[in-house]
Amino acid sequence: MSHDTTRRDLLKAAAIGAVTIAPGLTLIAPPAQARAPGQPASPTNRWGLLIDTSKCDQGCTACVDACKTEMGLPALDRPATDAQYIRKVDVRDPKTGNQHSLPVMCQHCAKPPCVDVCPTGASMKRADGIVLVDRHICIGCRYCMMACPYKARSFAHEDQTGQSAHNPRGKGCVEGCTLCAHRIDAGGQPACVEACSKEGGAAMLFGDLNDPKSEISQRISKEATSRIRADLGVDPAIRYQGI
Amino acid sequence: MGVRAVLLALVLGLFSVMGAWAGDAGPSFPKATSKALGGSCVDDPATMRRHHFDFLKHQRDDTLRQGIRGAKYSLKECVSCHAQVKDGHAVPVNAPGQFCASCHEYAAVSIDCFSCHATTPQHQQQVEATR
Repeated sequence: MSHDTTRRDLLKAAAIGAVTIAPGLTLIAPPAQARAPGQPASPTNRWGLLIDTSKCDQGCTACVDACKTEMGLPALDRPATDAQYIRKVDVRDPKTGNQHSLPVMCQHCAKPPCVDVCPTGASMKRADGIVLVDRHICIGCRYCMMACPYKARSFAHEDQTGQSAHNPRGKGCVEGCTLCAHRIDAGGQPACVEACSKEGGAAMLFGDLNDPKSEISQRISKEATSRIRADLGVDPAIRYQGI
Repeated sequence: MGVRAVLLALVLGLFSVMGAWAGDAGPSFPKATSKALGGSCVDDPATMRRHHFDFLKHQRDDTLRQGIRGAKYSLKECVSCHAQVKDGHAVPVNAPGQFCASCHEYAAVSIDCFSCHATTPQHQQQVEATR
């Protein structure tokens, strides 16, 4: 049996981010690295979240507040129409009285229904699994809002001012959580995750589901996790623990 | 003859003055404030004047749909360099007389970039948010 590194082994190793270039000398790609300028998002990544509901406090809105600040969403105190990329949902089992509070945002499905129904191609999935709205071609029909089983999208009803530089948004377009694609592309993590670890209960973990060495992959391979409405078969990238 | 020559000289002189006026016509706009690129734009001014919309239109699709960052042309960078700061507050680039608006008004072009995109630079937004 030969111990020579074959091309296949090298490719396999490269796919998981570690390449043995000589015995005892291994190159490991650091996690969540900023993508080089000019490089497109890669299908070798699939960004996702793991949310531990046991650490999520019912009264805490750190993630929601951080999202509003980061994305420049105005709080007009009109809950029916205000844009919300992330919201806190309180659930209670009527039989046992067991209560949970959990943040729900775009679940960045592998098979997103919003993309299926979009008549213009504005609703789209990036190569790394982030589901976005291309507002340049969104006509505001809101089919995606109806198709989304997670109520994750919002519609801008009014003329907007004071937008955040990295979240252009305007009247007549649908919008939703971008998983902070602008931060991920720069090697960071979503604003909600950062706020949760600083001000909240550190219930949210961000990482690459395609990288078996990432903390999120390690945890979901060992611990029981679930996805909301897994029965729909849309394969969300957001996983929950404790619900 | 003498009178004719004087008249001709006067008329020619008038034309040359009008010619000079015609050359000066056009929008006046504030110069870029940022020295980030050594005081120069990403391309020469003539190319940018003629093609900036094409550059930006291609760039926006690459950035949004493919996630390509850090490319040569970017609307964010236009705003970043060309927005003026008055009394510590950034002036929107689409305000009357400002960089984007002055030319578009002169050329009677209606753009809708700024119905969605931020009109003040990100660094200035952060400075003003912390006040």
